[in-house]
Amino acid sequence: MKLFTEIGRYLLMLKGMFSKPENMKMYWKELMHQCSEIGFGSLGIVAIISLFIGAVSTIQTAYQLVTPLIPLSTIAQIVRDTVILEFAPTLVCIVLAGVVGSKIASELGNMRVSEQIDALEIMGINTKAYLVMPKIFASLIMIPLLVVISMVLGIIGGRYAGSAAHILSVSTFDKGLMYGFIPYNVFFALAKAYTFSFIISSIPAYFGYYVKGGALEIGQSSTRAVVVSCIMILFSDYVLSALLL
Amino acid sequence: MIELRNIQKSFDGRTVIDGTSAIMKTGQCNLIIGASGSGKTVLMKCMVGLFEPDKGEILYDGKNFTAMNNKEKTEIRKEIGMLFQGSALFDSMTVQRNIMFPLNMFTDWTYQKKLNRVNEVLERVNLKDSNKKFPSELSGGMKKRVGIARAIVLNPKYLFCDEPNSGLDPQTSLVIDQLIKEITLEYNITTVVNTHDMNSVMEIGNYILYMHKGRKEWEGTNKEIIFSKNKLLNDFIFASEFLKDAKEMRMLEETGKMPNDRNIDDIIK
Repeated sequence: MKLFTEIGRYLLMLKGMFSKPENMKMYWKELMHQCSEIGFGSLGIVAIISLFIGAVSTIQTAYQLVTPLIPLSTIAQIVRDTVILEFAPTLVCIVLAGVVGSKIASELGNMRVSEQIDALEIMGINTKAYLVMPKIFASLIMIPLLVVISMVLGIIGGRYAGSAAHILSVSTFDKGLMYGFIPYNVFFALAKAYTFSFIISSIPAYFGYYVKGGALEIGQSSTRAVVVSCIMILFSDYVLSALLL
Repeated sequence: MIELRNIQKSFDGRTVIDGTSAIMKTGQCNLIIGASGSGKTVLMKCMVGLFEPDKGEILYDGKNFTAMNNKEKTEIRKEIGMLFQGSALFDSMTVQRNIMFPLNMFTDWTYQKKLNRVNEVLERVNLKDSNKKFPSELSGGMKKRVGIARAIVLNPKYLFCDEPNSGLDPQTSLVIDQLIKEITLEYNITTVVNTHDMNSVMEIGNYILYMHKGRKEWEGTNKEIIFSKNKLLNDFIFASEFLKDAKEMRMLEETGKMPNDRNIDDIIK
């Protein structure tokens, strides 16, 4: 029963976001601020993870391909498809659920506990629209971009790791990279990225917005937000794969 | 003027406000007092629309706030300023940006005009030259004053203060009380203060509503409170021996005779 209440309240929060902005300029400013926080704030960790994931994928794929009958360029194909289909969207979004999700939940939770949300409400501001919506829109704009960057960096990481470990040359990697490329995979990855972006921003926003108590409860709701977001990412990953592949 | 008509509010079947009515007039400080858990904060939150009362009506200058739709409520809220118990300043913003925030949101003034208004209200609360400070750099009393400045920056018609003296030393409390009193008269606004600070009651209480277990137990002025025979009110207000003696001294001053057949020498002793 409590689950249905929570889902209902989550949907009402999303519905409550849509109202005429009190001042469009202020909303735009907030959106840009959130884009910067979510996008540029996470760029470093995404870049590091992507480079290493690509590198490790190349080395581990080569390790498992023991037969000389398979050409080395196949490694690049496997790395490309793995990075595009799974690592860039799913793994990066799980990391972002921790980085961005906990930030959103704790920021809103702190504002709720210290009555800042009440202060905004009393000023006549729709706090769901002013505080939650820019975070969700900023995530929808910036996270797919981060996923695309992650795809590129993952492949670059794999390319140079293969060469550095003397597994395959850069030219062989490039040859395999361009062989049998299916553009639909990028579309699929972006579909996942958009879905996960929404999960990463809206679920922590819900947990933060409705937090009750003090510092301890903010921490708890932040943890719950990350856990629920990760589960929802994995679940929707499965659903999207079943539907779109 | 704010009128409360038979306000009732329950949470999970537990009645917190049980049929409270009151009239809070313009240009005076209206105090809601009561012990912790008596329902005064819930009553205030109902008045500003943070909680929806289960029954009853709240009228702002004759306009029924409880019957309004969200859009109409938003319009009324633009005329409300509120000082929160913890000040509720935006941590990431400087004092100037905190106070300028309502102006940015609801006016299309030029930056210079907004800045002038910010400086004007900061000067009013005696915080000149604090524009660039962050809330974390301010003392409790300064935060309250910034909270008041933010609450009055849009020239509200109604000012709500939730426990304005909590966590402040007696001297700073007096400064805040005086400030609230002066602003009420200067701007001719309806001020509602939620407090259990007895100094505030005696200093600024033009109208006092005493709540006990969610009900209105007593109402009157700070003059009348001295002569009240309500036991619950007297036990609450004059809880300590010192305050009881102070009450009796005040009664002696006002009437020339001691209550309860006590002798002035007993009190002095």
